Amino acid sequence: MADQTLDAQGLNCPLPVLKAKKALGNVPTGGILEVLATDPGTVKDFAAFCRHTGNELLESNEDGGVYSFLIKRTA
Amino acid sequence: MTDAAVAGDTLDNAKSMSLIVTKGTLDWGYPPFILATTAAAMGLNVSMFFTFYGLNLLHKKLDLGVSMLGNPGMKMPMMGMHLGMPNMLGMIPGVDGVATGMMKKLIDKKGIASIEELREAAVDSEVTMIACQMTMNLFEYELDDLIEGPELGGAATYIETALKSDINLFI
Repeated sequence: MADQTLDAQGLNCPLPVLKAKKALGNVPTGGILEVLATDPGTVKDFAAFCRHTGNELLESNEDGGVYSFLIKRTA
Repeated sequence: MTDAAVAGDTLDNAKSMSLIVTKGTLDWGYPPFILATTAAAMGLNVSMFFTFYGLNLLHKKLDLGVSMLGNPGMKMPMMGMHLGMPNMLGMIPGVDGVATGMMKKLIDKKGIASIEELREAAVDSEVTMIACQMTMNLFEYELDDLIEGPELGGAATYIETALKSDINLFI
């Protein structure tokens, strides 16, 4: 269902956000980027990133220490 | 579509941030580059003004270390606990070198970007970098000693940038 998946597991701030921004550039407008991360700080960071950039955070989940995000490229 | 459009801002109404970067050690090099790259990723126009020891961060070849001196809050994880780094130890020759080695190992082990990587990301995302002309004269540096990209400027250049910025930080 995601157009692309970014594996940012094991990476610390600010790398997950920097890589997600880059990856979003490769997703078509309206497409969905899935991000996997293990840094707990990403929960608040992706929410803030999406709020400011206008991209839509469709889902933010945690499962066994892995955080997953679905970001819809609307901007 | 341009990168700026991906971030959701057109260049005309983008927010902006300026940073004064005054410190050139391995630990103090992180905050300015982390904030600059993240702000750029969020669509802000970012300017960094490198002055005094902050200029170290623009040298072609980085040779950054940490110092315990004047860094009383410094603690390192060691053997399952956190070991304080008394200022006095920092006066013993070689001890700062050991602390630098420990820090580099931790950075490597924990998936933390190197200063070089973050600096490259800043250059790639078109962060404006201004090297303080006065410091260049003071410490006898030439533009050739620095990475490609920084322009030279002084206090008035920074003030003009700061007046137009939404966020201004001194680090």
